Amino acid sequence: MAQVNMIVCCKQVPDPEAPPAVFKVDTAANKMTLPPDVKPVISPYDENAMEAALRIKDKAGGKITVLSLGNQLVRDVIKKPLSVGGDELVLLEDAAFEEGDSWSTACALAAAIKKIGEYDLIFCGRQAADWDAGQVGLGIAEILGIPSITIARKVEVTDGKATIERVIPDGYEVVEMEFPALITVTSELGDLRYAALKGIMAAAKKQPIIWKPADIGLDPGQVGATGRRTKLHRLFQPVKEAKCEIIEGETPAEAGANLATRLRQAKIM
Amino acid sequence: MAEYKGIVVYGELTDGKLASITTELLGCGRNLADQLKEDLSCLLASDAVGEASKEAIAFGADKVYVVEDPALKDYQSDSYIQVAEKLARDISPRAILMGQTSMGRDIAARLAFRLGVGLSTDCLDLGIDPESKLLLQTRSVYGGNAQATFSCEVMPQIVTIRPKAMTPIERDESRKGEIIATKVEIDMSKVRTKIIEKVREEVAGVKLEDASVIVSGGRGLGGPEPFNTTLKELADVLHGAVGATRPPADNGWVPEAVHIGLTGKIVAPEVYIAIAISGASQHIAGCSGSKNIIAINKDSEANIFREAKFGVVGRYEEVVPAFTRKLRELLAG
Repeated sequence: MAQVNMIVCCKQVPDPEAPPAVFKVDTAANKMTLPPDVKPVISPYDENAMEAALRIKDKAGGKITVLSLGNQLVRDVIKKPLSVGGDELVLLEDAAFEEGDSWSTACALAAAIKKIGEYDLIFCGRQAADWDAGQVGLGIAEILGIPSITIARKVEVTDGKATIERVIPDGYEVVEMEFPALITVTSELGDLRYAALKGIMAAAKKQPIIWKPADIGLDPGQVGATGRRTKLHRLFQPVKEAKCEIIEGETPAEAGANLATRLRQAKIM
Repeated sequence: MAEYKGIVVYGELTDGKLASITTELLGCGRNLADQLKEDLSCLLASDAVGEASKEAIAFGADKVYVVEDPALKDYQSDSYIQVAEKLARDISPRAILMGQTSMGRDIAARLAFRLGVGLSTDCLDLGIDPESKLLLQTRSVYGGNAQATFSCEVMPQIVTIRPKAMTPIERDESRKGEIIATKVEIDMSKVRTKIIEKVREEVAGVKLEDASVIVSGGRGLGGPEPFNTTLKELADVLHGAVGATRPPADNGWVPEAVHIGLTGKIVAPEVYIAIAISGASQHIAGCSGSKNIIAINKDSEANIFREAKFGVVGRYEEVVPAFTRKLRELLAG
């Protein structure tokens, strides 16, 4: 089987598993603030995308280039894909890339992919855990003029072709497409493997390739905040009316029975 | 420069009938069109549209563009996008509304990038800015931990809307509207994907989307077994369906088809019983429309108690069987 050239797009985000109570909006700045003990992570669906690429590399061999965009990315976080088997890390890293939307982000990533040049498959997570838009992967495919399959739970490769199990509401469909193509991956595919110590040490030594807007042929005005198509008016948190009636009992079983009585009384059941 | 006018809903059919999400989009679109004093159109594209075009009028459309082609039998982005793009260019709408569905998630961004415009996915609310007349697009962000309002000045404005976020208008068969049979040449050489097979993962019993009671379980159940026993028994007593959060689906304890949440199904039953569910925002996004959330969790600090109307703090193994027994007794009597 021929080796497969792959690009995986990974985004650094605040840990989405942090408890809901710690997410606080700074309404004056229209920004999400999180306490310093909430560490950034690779967006979970991007980790699933990385795992999809690694499984193909395990079987067919090939190269995985990891691509990310941001500013002052945390090296320990963004190098994680290298520690599990990524070959190269390209960072679009500059203040000009900050505060982008799906439009400006996809344009920059597509420009970087054109510069990387050779690829068979591009993998993205189905959506990022911060803005949850789910647009960037499809935007990249559209700009590059390549086909795409979204929400993949399994990807296999044979002779210049990818076979994908795509999740649909009542099950899944098996879809085929030829290279070059883009795939967005969902969590059902499986978690990203753990890094071995050797991998972590190798990743620590590897230096990322850093590109500024000019390196990918873009004007700083075309990327980040100034390249946006959409305008953010307001970021806010709707007020919740917390008023849960806790049903008690001498024992948990009695509480369960009391709950049934209370729900019947309230005509909920 | 074309003048952009009117609202268009890109509709969907389920088993040959107008999908419920499409009636919701028409309800939302009707309201926006009335505010703007413009028309509401609906696109229906399939191998056979049938009576669904009349239904779209009964649910509020002034015009229905019907595109029928055997190539549209099974949804594929490369064929549907040709129809979606052609209609957008031909009728120059002010706004295109789609569902945040399997199709909407797959095609809306492609369409937006092809037309060179912005997009807000998974909107919960749409308003109109009184001065600019632009759509104010409010959507959930950060896994449901916040909401954000966006606008886009480049026309057409495109949004996808979360299922059950909008209310259809009263169905009225006497409403008048125009059905416009529309021909779009679908270039099959541009369809680069091929569906080999569709596999249905059947879930026995009441369908999640139709259930008025849902009994749902989380990671705290520890494995597949409680879904088939403790939760199933409770659901059966209430003629309800069994659902789950994302981890049980990812671990294969339950089929993905019963995953409720931001990236799974959106449900809004009368009663939602959350068992051993911590209440992560990503899960709440899928069930917050429920009328009554009832939580059973051993951790009194769990976030689910901030969402629930009634709750019991305790181990589900002890609470739920007694709850089920008592309910059976009460419902029999």
